[in-house]
Amino acid sequence: MRKVSRLSRFNIASLALGLAFLYLPILILVLYSFNASRLVTVWGGWSLRWYREFFNDRAMIEAAWMSLRVAASSATIATLLGTLAAVALSRGERFRGRTLFSGMLYAPLVMPEVITGLSLLLLFVALNAERGFWTVTIAHTTLTMCFVAVVVQSRLGSLDRSLEEAAMDLGCNPVRAFVSVTLPLIAPAIVAGWMLAFTLSLDDLVIASFTTGPGSATLPIRIYSEVRLGVKPEINAICTLVIALIAVVIVIASLASKLSSSQGESAAPL
Amino acid sequence: MAKELPGADVAAEAAGGDAFPAAGQPLLRIEAVAKTFGTFRAVAGVSLDIKAGEFFALLGPSGCGKTTLLRMLAGFEAPDEGRILLGGKDIAQALPHERPINMMFQNYALFPHLSVRDNIAFGLKRAGMARADIATRVAEMVALVKLEGLEKRKPDQLSGGQRQRVALARALARRPQLLLLDEPLAALDKKLRENTQGELMELQRRLGMTFIIVTHDQEEAMTMASRIGVMKAGKLAQVASPRELYEAPRSRWIAEFVGDINLFDGESKLRDGHRLVIGTRDAGALVVAEPREPVGAGKFAIAIRPEKVKLSRRAPVSEAGRETAINTLDGVIADICYLGGTTTYKVKLDTGGMLQASVANSARIDVDAYSLNQHVVAWFTPDDCVVLPS
Repeated sequence: MRKVSRLSRFNIASLALGLAFLYLPILILVLYSFNASRLVTVWGGWSLRWYREFFNDRAMIEAAWMSLRVAASSATIATLLGTLAAVALSRGERFRGRTLFSGMLYAPLVMPEVITGLSLLLLFVALNAERGFWTVTIAHTTLTMCFVAVVVQSRLGSLDRSLEEAAMDLGCNPVRAFVSVTLPLIAPAIVAGWMLAFTLSLDDLVIASFTTGPGSATLPIRIYSEVRLGVKPEINAICTLVIALIAVVIVIASLASKLSSSQGESAAPL
Repeated sequence: MAKELPGADVAAEAAGGDAFPAAGQPLLRIEAVAKTFGTFRAVAGVSLDIKAGEFFALLGPSGCGKTTLLRMLAGFEAPDEGRILLGGKDIAQALPHERPINMMFQNYALFPHLSVRDNIAFGLKRAGMARADIATRVAEMVALVKLEGLEKRKPDQLSGGQRQRVALARALARRPQLLLLDEPLAALDKKLRENTQGELMELQRRLGMTFIIVTHDQEEAMTMASRIGVMKAGKLAQVASPRELYEAPRSRWIAEFVGDINLFDGESKLRDGHRLVIGTRDAGALVVAEPREPVGAGKFAIAIRPEKVKLSRRAPVSEAGRETAINTLDGVIADICYLGGTTTYKVKLDTGGMLQASVANSARIDVDAYSLNQHVVAWFTPDDCVVLPS
């Protein structure tokens, strides 16, 4: 029996360097959010001062609330539409132009955000829509529903078609078969898709800045405009909170997709 | 156990209160059914009658249309032409959930998110059965397939054999008028498969239910089914009992598909009382019993199963021209294949052809064994030969 090979020194060093490159800036940011000093780069002892400052900053709180509302509603709409698209593409009859349709669905995944944002802005201007909460929500739905569709479709693809047939054979009409068999099996992927859409929307700066209007800035827009006037330690505190929120969401999403794939194994044929 | 099956019948109720047809009565009639996928004619006009209580096997190579035919019976495909009558009613266009037919899927298709109990109860809940009745029926089914104690397990916590049993119990739970089994034993290993074959047959006899099984394994079909329909290129090539299929195949293709066979192309034929004397290129003149259906003008072949061929060192006493005449062919052993129960010898005939002979190893010591290049006489009676159009 061969022993499991240990990591060599080179491996350890490169791993440490890589992780440091990824996480050191974030660690520093988190650390300095607890800084008592007004100067960002000078350590002045531990303090929760900047968190207090943030919670007293009306404009910032409003931007955060706006971001959460946009993220939650766009994620919900995107999950609904993305799931429907995934079901249509993997379960529906083969229709003409299906390949083209699924290609078009995935195009926004690789489309530069500037283009998505600009084109949506042009659309909203042409429609004479008042820019604000709803335009950002619609724009984020456009961006994130493709991600949901990809996640849900890959789950549907790994599901055995004969499960639905078995349900129909045992007395379900097609809709009932979908609800009682397919839906419970793809639920983890739907949850993961929602979480993904939520974090994508929360993070987005480019598309939001194209499609939002005066007085309805999202948190990233607000932070960006503050930073242009100089970095306040308050920003560090906000960013730490956002990181914490996203970390929680990502952990839940990966747990959900892990659950989904472990069920997938049992669904696979022998 | 399910010695007494209560009168309440879920599937039949769902279908409008039909009673079970008595055994031997016609149950299913398939009339000129055809199905085309794109340009591929998967099923090209199949007609078949199946009686209640029958264990029928659809046998054929992959792509012959047997699975498509089964899926049309289950309702997953609608036939383009023809009718499917169940108890006199045309169900060809009915949806799967509207038919008193259940199917056991090849990969079992157990619901991974449901326990064994809930899998079996699934169809009963859909039929609107009372909760107490469902519990009774599930317990009955669990006992029937010997899964006691595993009711709370999920499918991924079961072995292959156990999953197969759950799938069977789930399909039987609604007491369908007809149970379809799509390669039900393909995923099991050989020993387990043989045991399960016996159990399935026992179950079918005990429940008096009608089974249609699809298989590509001719041994499986021969073991279990009372009647076999051999399919080729979307058509039924022959429908017969296992014995008839083996001993009196209707065509050269069937003879070759079912079991091993020696074939000699016929070149000329001569009538001689109740026998025909047929000239072949590879085996010289052979005397065969006159077939029931006269041999047409076209090409034909003589077929002899390997186990009908006897080998000996000297020729048996025979007089050509008498009723008891037998065919004797001289040759040398060209190949020996020891299979345990039998040994298959390939004999290179002096007339040029090859002949396979399967000899039972009836004694442990090798008294009857022949060695390579040994001269032997192969012989068989006229009745062992089948004349086939080719």
